[in-house]
Amino acid sequence: MKFTKDWLDVHLKTNKSESQIIQKLNSIGLEVEKVEPVKNELSDFIVAKIIKANKHPNADRLKLCDVDIGKKDTLKVVCGAPNARDGLLTIYAPPGSVIPKNSMKLEVSKIRGETSYGMLCSESELKLSNESEGIIDLNDKYKTKIGKSFFGEKKGKNVIELSITPNRPDCLGVRGIARDLSASNFGKLKEPRKSKVKKNIKHNLKIKIEKNKNQACSIFGSCIIKNIKNTESPGWLKNRILALGLRPISAVVDITNYVMFDLNRPLHAYDLDKIKNKITVRNSKKGESFKALDNKNYTLDKDMCVIADDEGVLGLGGIIGGERSGTEIHTKNILLESAYFDPTLIRKTAKKLDLNSDAKFRFERGVDPQSVTAGLESAVELILEICGGEVSKLDVQQTKKFKDLEINFDPKMVTKTVGTNINANEIKKILSNLGFTIKSKGKFLNVKVPSWRPDIFGEIDLVEEVIRIIGFEKIKSIEPEKKRTKPTLNFFQKHFHLAQRSVASKGYLETITWSFTDEKINNKFKEKLESIKIVNPISSDLNVLRNSLYPNLIFYLEKNLNRGFGDQALFEIGPTFTGKKPGQQITVVCGIKKQFIEEDNNLKKNDLVDVFHIKKDLVQSLTELEIRKEDFKVEENTPSYYHPGISGSIVSKDGNLVLGYFGALHPKIISNTFGFEIFLENLVEYKVKNKKIKESLTFSDYQKSDRDFAFLVNKDTRAQDLTEVIQNIDKNLIKEIKIFDVYEGENIPSDKKSIALKVTIQSDHKTLNESDLTNISKKIVSTVEEKTGAKLRS
Amino acid sequence: MSDFEKKILEFKNRLNSTQDSKEIEAIRIDIFSKNGFINSQFKKLGSLSENEKKTFASNINKAKQELLEIFRSKATEVLDKDLNEKIKKEKIDVTLPEKEFKIGKIHPVSQVIDEISCIFSEIGFSVEEGPDVENDYNNFTALNTPEDHPAKDMHDTFYLDENMKTLLRTHTSPVQVRTMLKGKPPFKIIAPGRTYRSDSDQTHTPMFHQLEGLHIDKNINMGHLKGCLNYFIKEFFEVDKIKMRFRPSHFPFTEPSAEVDIGYKIENNKIIIGEGDKWLEILGCGMVHPNVLKNCKVDPKIYQGFAFGIGIDRLAMLKYGINDLRSFFECDYRWLNYYGFDPLDVPTNYRGLSK
Repeated sequence: MKFTKDWLDVHLKTNKSESQIIQKLNSIGLEVEKVEPVKNELSDFIVAKIIKANKHPNADRLKLCDVDIGKKDTLKVVCGAPNARDGLLTIYAPPGSVIPKNSMKLEVSKIRGETSYGMLCSESELKLSNESEGIIDLNDKYKTKIGKSFFGEKKGKNVIELSITPNRPDCLGVRGIARDLSASNFGKLKEPRKSKVKKNIKHNLKIKIEKNKNQACSIFGSCIIKNIKNTESPGWLKNRILALGLRPISAVVDITNYVMFDLNRPLHAYDLDKIKNKITVRNSKKGESFKALDNKNYTLDKDMCVIADDEGVLGLGGIIGGERSGTEIHTKNILLESAYFDPTLIRKTAKKLDLNSDAKFRFERGVDPQSVTAGLESAVELILEICGGEVSKLDVQQTKKFKDLEINFDPKMVTKTVGTNINANEIKKILSNLGFTIKSKGKFLNVKVPSWRPDIFGEIDLVEEVIRIIGFEKIKSIEPEKKRTKPTLNFFQKHFHLAQRSVASKGYLETITWSFTDEKINNKFKEKLESIKIVNPISSDLNVLRNSLYPNLIFYLEKNLNRGFGDQALFEIGPTFTGKKPGQQITVVCGIKKQFIEEDNNLKKNDLVDVFHIKKDLVQSLTELEIRKEDFKVEENTPSYYHPGISGSIVSKDGNLVLGYFGALHPKIISNTFGFEIFLENLVEYKVKNKKIKESLTFSDYQKSDRDFAFLVNKDTRAQDLTEVIQNIDKNLIKEIKIFDVYEGENIPSDKKSIALKVTIQSDHKTLNESDLTNISKKIVSTVEEKTGAKLRS
Repeated sequence: MSDFEKKILEFKNRLNSTQDSKEIEAIRIDIFSKNGFINSQFKKLGSLSENEKKTFASNINKAKQELLEIFRSKATEVLDKDLNEKIKKEKIDVTLPEKEFKIGKIHPVSQVIDEISCIFSEIGFSVEEGPDVENDYNNFTALNTPEDHPAKDMHDTFYLDENMKTLLRTHTSPVQVRTMLKGKPPFKIIAPGRTYRSDSDQTHTPMFHQLEGLHIDKNINMGHLKGCLNYFIKEFFEVDKIKMRFRPSHFPFTEPSAEVDIGYKIENNKIIIGEGDKWLEILGCGMVHPNVLKNCKVDPKIYQGFAFGIGIDRLAMLKYGINDLRSFFECDYRWLNYYGFDPLDVPTNYRGLSK
């Protein structure tokens, strides 16, 4: 919403300055977004410099100029002037500007196959002189003014732009802003001018609102004005229209726009002579179409509110008028419409047609239904003043009564809500200055809501009105109490926090990537899950919710590789999605590591990353999360995005919960890259189920002994199978099993390998003697041989 | 000079003249070993008379002591010399690179979430979370944003179905709804998390982070809201005083609603929070709308309270001087290393939030 101080003065008698007003507006909830010097018709024309005047490739007499208009990039402008040359300072007219000489509106256009962004002007085109030979040649003085308006901007006059929240349609009119300011002790709201216009002629156009289901229109007010002389608007009106950022068109159109911004009252003017017989406000039939004032054709659905005559649709009620009945500069007789449309239905229609207009913007937020006649009166007054003519009586068709809402309001609510004492008289004064009608009823106030405030429903809305006018700075701040009755983090959140820092401490950089990803990459990781498509993705390569953290991590890993960073370890902790219902998501920690093999770096040769590094990182993080080695086992089933031979899963001892995966990623997806995943919900569930109390520490001081064994096993035998068998022989005596060599090759059959391990044996009760140790060793050998088919190597 | 004395002298000379550790060892064996000179002399004692025995034994002992002393000092001298020579040869270039130690980093957003949790923990808030995918009811309807209302335009929503019933939450406010529906008042929670809007330009990313706050009890008013936010901002920016301004605004789910600006100034291209006469909008807040409480089965006649929503990424940018929001999600190796935090640098109440 834009306005100027002098426009505000039409409604508000105030001695406050513009800057005081700006500050006040901010503090009462009408946020000032921008304050800019008023634009006039000539501010578009800016000083520019031809950087290079190139020959037009397809026309000898034209030039294709690179023009500096004070922005970062130069523009291409086609110019036919003989004096266009490198370095010339001249005046540039951008697309959208109107050339004063012929009132032509410039557009981006192709001239002999080359696109021209605007135009370089001659003096005659700007009505500066009759000189039309060549473009303006400015002197060096203008060198510093490139990009600035040639005619300068009027000093001191500003356009104030407010960002009006959707609940305040009344402030989409200057009068509403004035009312808020007057309620804030910033002046007195002026009484509206009484119309003295005589309405003599007959309103002889039949108008009917059809009874349709979901009829959006409930009031249709109108009058006829005959024998007008439509013309260019006078200066004051043009300036206001320009201040709004609109272009003056003709007095009739400018006046309807003016009233819309003045009173938040959209109007529409029809060329009366183009209306066939009568006006019917009705729901559209499917497939009906019309050409709107924006020059586009719209084909309508069923049940959109249209204003129609006997020939068909004239316009979309409350949204946009039609071209067929539009007024023109030579229009003689007009029908002026002032109607009320239902916000929700307007919005639905506009959304379906993807149509936006100032009228629609207002109707969907709520226009004062009682402003129908005031709007007509105001416009009639101006039209008669500027265009002359005779006006008819007003005709108001109304199918619905609007009753002002009454609220039973306990003024103590204000103090209870804001915590600072506000007295009842002040409350009454503020509300009545805002247009509320108040009657005291004992302790309560009976508050009648003005028809222009569709946002007020109940007591709390009144509280807000009062406090925003009083000012939030009046609320006394209450220091928070430093007391904690509930733990800050729950069990799961603690693990999230710990997992995050645990993985980071293993050398991984934490990333945060989108929760969505490219379906094509995601498909490689989704396994059995369905793709979860976003209906309206931001771009086609971010079109599904991620089923895994890998797609994005790999994407960014590769980006970093391209930036020249070979050694990388990245991780993310966050949601992956298992379905599209709320809650169908799990928390995953995923790390990814890539080593750049530097052929010539001998210092690093012994430090190559392999699957056991990634396993180390994972197992260490699990340990820090208090999932110890004895709590899980390693299995070989992993999802298809891992290398089938070089990857493993970490599962709970009972095999029911997958805690994580690790391994080399599948070479078809990315080469020489390792990764791991931890499934945090599973991990926490496992911990909850197996809640262990830490036993007090006991250790044995008796002599411990190591025995080494080497077993010959089948190639596919897993080390874990051996250690598990050995461990189970005697959990008390066998303290530790360490694998120290795996050997395949010479002296061993080709389908076998040798696993060498060191078993630490110690009793908690005595020093073991030679025969104890021999016994246990024998038992180890015989059990392993029996259970795994291994043979002791001798 | 007796043979014995000659032999002693010979040994002394041998010891004094050598510089070789192998020779030292050979001498040791010759003199002190089981079959060495000293022991062989002692063996002679048996054949001597009592008197001679006494004298000779004391001579042997004396000689042994003497030799031992010389031997020890010589051995030390030679070993030292050898070690010194060895050390001399062991000189390396210590400017060669150390073995690589890689510690990772915590993303600034995660760090800031921890800082925030730490601050609110102190005044009794606990952390709640909700799903990223929400239904239309929790994201809009329950929060007093009706179907087909222009207020919805402020949220460019990502939808997961054509009927626009399932969506990616546009704010963390649905966590309010979930928290209230599953529990009983009072409520005192913060809810940090990912939020989504279909918006992407210089200052917007399709995903960002928000922090929701909610405090509902029997007598919680706007004074508490002001006090709470003032405390938070001061603690967060680790400054003694803060300039704050509450501007009335509109959110469907709070009434009265406010936007909060903090004062700042730019000095040497750096933003200084809490001073100066420029204003920066940092959060939205207000008293929870009675309709929201009703929708969440909380009786607005008995309970009232406040809610607020803060952009976490924005806070991180301000506190740690990060200029570009988009860079948070670009995973640039250099950026992560530079702006990331040491994983051991956990914000705590007693040590302070930041290093």
